[in-house]
Amino acid sequence: MPSNVSAPASGERRHRRSLAGHIERVLPRLVIAPSLGVALFFVYGYMLWTFLLSLTNSRMLPQYDFVGFAQYARLFANERWHVAATNLVVFGGLFIVSCLVIGLLLAIFLDQRIRQEGTLRTIYLYPMALSLIVTGVVWRWLLNPGLGIQAMVRGWGFEDFTFNWLVDSDMAIYTLVIAAVWQASGFVMALFLAGLRSIDDSLFQAAALDGASLPRIYTRIVLPSLRPVVFSAVMILAHIAIKSFDLVMALTGGGPGYATDLPATFMYAHTFTRGQIGLGSASAIMMLCGVLAILVPYLYSELRGQRHG
Amino acid sequence: MANMVRRHTTSARLWRTGLYTLLIVAALVYLLPLVVMLLTSLKPLDDIRAGGLLSLPSTISFEAWSKAWGSACTGMRCNGMSGYFLNSIAIVVPAVAISSFVGALNGYVLTKWRFRGANLCFALLLFGCFVPFQVVLMPMARTLGWLGLASSTSGLVLVHVVYGIAFTTLFFRNYYVSIPDEMIAAAKLDGAGFWRIFWRILLPVSGPIITVTVIWQFTQIWNDFLFGVSFAGFDSQPVTVALNNMVNTSTGVKEYNVDMAAAMIAALPTLVVYVLAGKYFVRGLTAGSVKG
Amino acid sequence: MSALNIRHVNKTFGSTQVLKDISLAIDSGEFLILVGPSGCGKSTLMNTIAGLEPVTSGEIRIGDDDVTWHTPSERDIAMVFQSYALYPSMNVRQNISFGLEMRKMPKAQREEAVSRVAELLKITPLLDRKPSQLSGGQRQRVAMGRALAREPQIYLFDEPLSNLDAKLRVEMRTEIKKLHQRLGTTIVYVTHDQIEAMTLADRIAVMRDGEILQLGTPHEVYNDPVDMFVAGFMGSPSMNFLPVTLVSHASGYALQVHDEEQGGTALTLPWPVERDTQELSARVGERLILGLRPEHFLEDDAIQEASGEGARLEVTATVVEPTGADTLLQAWLGGSEVTTRLGPKSRVVAGDRVVLRADLSRAVLFDEKTQRRLA
Repeated sequence: MPSNVSAPASGERRHRRSLAGHIERVLPRLVIAPSLGVALFFVYGYMLWTFLLSLTNSRMLPQYDFVGFAQYARLFANERWHVAATNLVVFGGLFIVSCLVIGLLLAIFLDQRIRQEGTLRTIYLYPMALSLIVTGVVWRWLLNPGLGIQAMVRGWGFEDFTFNWLVDSDMAIYTLVIAAVWQASGFVMALFLAGLRSIDDSLFQAAALDGASLPRIYTRIVLPSLRPVVFSAVMILAHIAIKSFDLVMALTGGGPGYATDLPATFMYAHTFTRGQIGLGSASAIMMLCGVLAILVPYLYSELRGQRHG
Repeated sequence: MANMVRRHTTSARLWRTGLYTLLIVAALVYLLPLVVMLLTSLKPLDDIRAGGLLSLPSTISFEAWSKAWGSACTGMRCNGMSGYFLNSIAIVVPAVAISSFVGALNGYVLTKWRFRGANLCFALLLFGCFVPFQVVLMPMARTLGWLGLASSTSGLVLVHVVYGIAFTTLFFRNYYVSIPDEMIAAAKLDGAGFWRIFWRILLPVSGPIITVTVIWQFTQIWNDFLFGVSFAGFDSQPVTVALNNMVNTSTGVKEYNVDMAAAMIAALPTLVVYVLAGKYFVRGLTAGSVKG
Repeated sequence: MSALNIRHVNKTFGSTQVLKDISLAIDSGEFLILVGPSGCGKSTLMNTIAGLEPVTSGEIRIGDDDVTWHTPSERDIAMVFQSYALYPSMNVRQNISFGLEMRKMPKAQREEAVSRVAELLKITPLLDRKPSQLSGGQRQRVAMGRALAREPQIYLFDEPLSNLDAKLRVEMRTEIKKLHQRLGTTIVYVTHDQIEAMTLADRIAVMRDGEILQLGTPHEVYNDPVDMFVAGFMGSPSMNFLPVTLVSHASGYALQVHDEEQGGTALTLPWPVERDTQELSARVGERLILGLRPEHFLEDDAIQEASGEGARLEVTATVVEPTGADTLLQAWLGGSEVTTRLGPKSRVVAGDRVVLRADLSRAVLFDEKTQRRLA
């Protein structure tokens, strides 16, 4: 019976799905829809909203009389913003480089079959569990010239020792670097250690049989293979640097004067305490641009790497 | 060969001594702030004025701790940290529970019930991990006002849930990707539906990732300052905001031992979690940041 | 009536068509094996039967029901997976009874079913263990038990033995065959292993590039392959393919085996008169491909009685591989290396000159271009 075997039109079949089948099709989308809606509104919608605010003359309260990019012009003419932006470059640069160097060295040293490795690792990493406010409060105490490290060293007999960066407007920014590096370098160590552990041991053995010395093995074989870890560490640290707010508030309060302002504290001060919502929004958008400037190349190379790999 | 072994024992011993010295010194430097914080919190104020950051207290006193907990002044009020500590708990518990549960469901859908556009959906959600929160502060403040949630604990719970979902989804998705699809197929053929597969098959094997996610969210939300200072009222401030206020209160005599005790109180919950479940903490940090 | 009827099923992923107009009917109690290289679409076909992937067009019927758009749980099907896919959080008992519980079977009946299949598969002592406490072979049994407990209309096996070691694989193969003979279940079984296909199947469907090339009994597929792919895929070691030219010879035809290195003809093999067909007469003078299985060669002194039959040829052994049960010998014939299977008593060593006879009564001929079978 050849007529029985002929193909039925596929279109009409689609309606034959059972109730359970329909539910199974729709339910997953229904479950994820609220999260997607939340993201669309609270992330993307707000980004747009803040951008709109940055185009207005809003002061104490948001209002929508648009003035074009005037707030951005004001922002770039603003001395305090220049200080904040310069500070971010100095702070971010030193913070990232220090964390990478310290983290990498600690990881390599820890990877030499060290006894009590677990204990040491725990000690290096615990600051990451602390609130940046706590970190700020502690370091403010340690760096207090009258009672902290300076006083302690002087107490040991070095009367001329000075370590008063916290109250020196030229040096205060470096206290932020010290505290931030203390907090995050253990984390970078953990990243590098994980990277080192994922390198095949036979690579070391093969290189050693080829007569390579240990430092040579590290510079020629290990470091190149850690490049993706460096890449993501830089990306995370830069992200932390741009968002840095808590630490400044607790350690220096932005002072002396506004010597340690960062974009994040600039934005907060103008939006919430100085009644300059328009200007504050413009600075927030600039921060977003900063994050995107790091994120986009990173994602691009990640995706490209995946396609090639 | 013998030559090589000998060289190994002589020069390598020196190298290993240096190595251990270096690692131990580094450990001491990392420990210093915590030790100083603890010592200072146990000293009477006179000891502190006498100087000696690392000197042991003349008498161990828990007075600073009890004052920090019950009667220290933060701004205008002098009720100590206890109320704010409870505020933090009231924010953290529901926010962690809700965001973790939603993240688990999202991860489940995105890996085991893939639909057209699932990848785009994930990418859109993921961006929430990267957005600098300064961009959302002002609109969020307005929204909370309209919702009648301004200055309230519920408002902060909402904020933390909204911006935590990106991370929790990422965690669960990356974990569920590694669970074989065949297991889900087997359950479907066995007659289980969407919810049963989630509750009976997937959740029972999600122990590790639930731990990682809960610890991550707990640390993030407990340590948050920006949202707390932006959206909390006097009665709903979390412990971090209260600590900052207390330390910056300039009236009266500066009681460093109380400040340090307060800092310890604010730090203890996350420190305890870290010590008890460090393995999961590290896994969360690396998972949450390394791979997207 | 067929237990399973697949009609004109197509499946596309994006722009690639992974199933091309597949039609297939399976009788109740039949053991059908889908075999082919990886990427041939056999697993996709199985997943569409299970309902795990929707078809792009076509129809799937189980018994009388059109199940094309039914969810997996609405089809009365059980599946055994390559990775076993046991639920790690449940013990063996719970694994087996989960499907029954989902189908709302009362507890007493569930327990009865569990002990029935546990006894059948000899896993009763394992019932309270977790999957992580089981060996590979035990997990395999539990996975089968989970399927058997449900007593579905159709069983699907997706490469169930490929994660087992060689010895266990042979044991389980026999066991599956026994179970099928005893229970008379309808089974669709996917494998890339042609030995599994030959030993287990009532019928074999050989697939490539989303198409069923040949559907037939193991005997048919092995001895009457429709083209060079099926001929080469089934059987191990593979069939030897020799380029030849068909010529008229005496009262019939002969095949000239080319000498690829020196040119010309290496030897001429007479084609058995009884296998002359009309088709061949049109092909005289053309290049064809001769297919000879390793066992179609015989060592000359091993056959006294049949010494007159077949074509005598002398070769030099390049590699000799005794397997115990028989001896595999590789030798150059014309320009191609051929593998032959000799009896276990053969004492040939590499480098020897060996006289063989090719049994052309079972040889096959293919068109060089289309690779289709001619005779």
